[in-house]
Amino acid sequence: MKTFSYSFIFYCLLGLILLATTDGLAQVESSDSLLSPLLPPSEVIAEDHPGDAGGAIIVRWKLSPDEDKGITGYEILRSASPTAEFSSVGFAATGANRYVDANTEDSLTYYYKVVAIDADRNASESEISPPVRSSPQWFNFHLLNLLIIGGLICGAVIYFIAHAKKGKKFFLRKIAGLEAVDEAIGRATEMGRPILFIPGILDMDDVQTIAGITILGRVAKTIAQYETKLNVPTSRSIVMSTAMETVKEAYISAGRADAYSDDFVHYVTDEQFGYVAAVDGIMVREKPATCFYIGAFFAESLIMAETGNSIGAIQIAGTAMPAQLPFFVAACDYTLIGEELFAASAYLSGEPKQLGSLKGQDVGKIIAMLAIVIGALLETFFAISGSSFFGSLAELVHKLFSIVAS
Amino acid sequence: MDSFFSHTLAAILTIGIISFLYKDNPLYKFCESLFIGVSAGYWFVQQYYANLLPKLFDNLGITRMLGAENVPEGALQKLFLHGEWSEDLLYLIAGILGVMMLLRLVSRIGWISRWPMAFIVGSISGLYFITYFQSNAMRQMQNTILPLNSFNNLVLIVGTVTGIIYFYFSKEHKGLFGAAARVGVYFLMVTFGASFGYTVMSRMSLLIGRVDFLFGTWLGLVK
Repeated sequence: MKTFSYSFIFYCLLGLILLATTDGLAQVESSDSLLSPLLPPSEVIAEDHPGDAGGAIIVRWKLSPDEDKGITGYEILRSASPTAEFSSVGFAATGANRYVDANTEDSLTYYYKVVAIDADRNASESEISPPVRSSPQWFNFHLLNLLIIGGLICGAVIYFIAHAKKGKKFFLRKIAGLEAVDEAIGRATEMGRPILFIPGILDMDDVQTIAGITILGRVAKTIAQYETKLNVPTSRSIVMSTAMETVKEAYISAGRADAYSDDFVHYVTDEQFGYVAAVDGIMVREKPATCFYIGAFFAESLIMAETGNSIGAIQIAGTAMPAQLPFFVAACDYTLIGEELFAASAYLSGEPKQLGSLKGQDVGKIIAMLAIVIGALLETFFAISGSSFFGSLAELVHKLFSIVAS
Repeated sequence: MDSFFSHTLAAILTIGIISFLYKDNPLYKFCESLFIGVSAGYWFVQQYYANLLPKLFDNLGITRMLGAENVPEGALQKLFLHGEWSEDLLYLIAGILGVMMLLRLVSRIGWISRWPMAFIVGSISGLYFITYFQSNAMRQMQNTILPLNSFNNLVLIVGTVTGIIYFYFSKEHKGLFGAAARVGVYFLMVTFGASFGYTVMSRMSLLIGRVDFLFGTWLGLVK
């Protein structure tokens, strides 16, 4: 009897213990199934974004093992302390294992967590990353190839400028449009009609406008010698100021400071078609014998060129805008295409600095041609043979000219 | 009534400008002068409200100094009232350069305006060097390095290389080099022809828009 009662008590106690444990396990299981049926991402690392001016941190993680089981994306959480509340800073798509947080302050320490989320809004958090701070760098090593190639070209420019200053003569092939500049100015002088010079419709922050104003200086010097009237309507106030100074300098250097007038250069309006309406009015009323269109143009190019054609003017155009070149080629007597516009200043002046600069740019073109030809041949050999030797060489050439996205 | 008046005015101005196709006439001269005057005035106001006011006067605190209360404190207030340095103080340099430009109007000291002009041309050239080098040179070269195993790739590479040869100024275009340059010119001209045709189509659509306005919106002949 005693044995029975002890056994009974033992088994009751055992049953109670088992009941409690199983119930607890069931609760844990059910709570787990409510919170996190997913496995979390792991190995979360946050590091300062390299080669920038600060304010950005890259967060990397190992994908959740449940990546192919319905994960729709990853939410990135951030906090200033591992114990404080984390807030969301962004989302990454499924399959992504990298996120750039571009809203950090350099003086603050951050901690990150990555949360895997599925379509049912189940979430599974990773461990907290080690602390990280963003900081600016002095040098962006991703652009090292840019520095090397830019340095080669600039070095070539400096080399040739130095040689030109020593008196070495450089050969420049003939450019038809520039050969005709003197003829065009002479025509206007003989006919007693003015010369119209349009320096484009963009501001001085465009290289084509700078090239146009430089050419205006050369043309103005010749015009000053021939005492022909010059008319330069401009579309930007700073271009007007720069053109005025350039023309004035040209007249002074030609020894004709007395012939210069501020009225040669005038501002019209910033509005594109208002400007071209004014230019057309000038053309049909003053009937210039020569029209120069040198700079950046847009839709107004054909309007001006056709009007100039209708009054019988000799027209010399130069622009690097690919969409406007066809109109100038069709309507003008001579057209400087792209690079010829930038070479024009060196061509017209014959100055050592400008000639040397042009020769240096030609070195850049040789580098480009060699890179394309060699790279294409290597890619072709790799495609045909599948040899890893050619493949790695081709990749090296690609990397030399690649721009790494930051 | 208001819309009829504005439509009629727009139609008269449109016809006035288009009349230039026949020849210069008083209506065109009036429309031209009106367009230039209104656009110049509009751009002046637009530049003031888009640039001068928010970037210079508001940032420096000049607007607030003149009594505007709905504008936050500017850099000058932060410096003199609170002793705080603000990056917006750098706009003072821009303001000084702007004043130097305006000194063009005073003939005796007009030479001062050359300094801000030199600053603009020099700094813009330096800043854009990297941008243009990356986009116009490096990326173009990277995307042209392709295997010669398709017709498209062959055309792309031959067109690019011969085009560069055409723009090579240090050698006379003679012999094989000249032939390659000639091929480059052909590629350029074909490209220009295609671009011409494409652009003419878009210009036609602009004309269609104006004709639709005249005959549809104004005269109501086209529904």
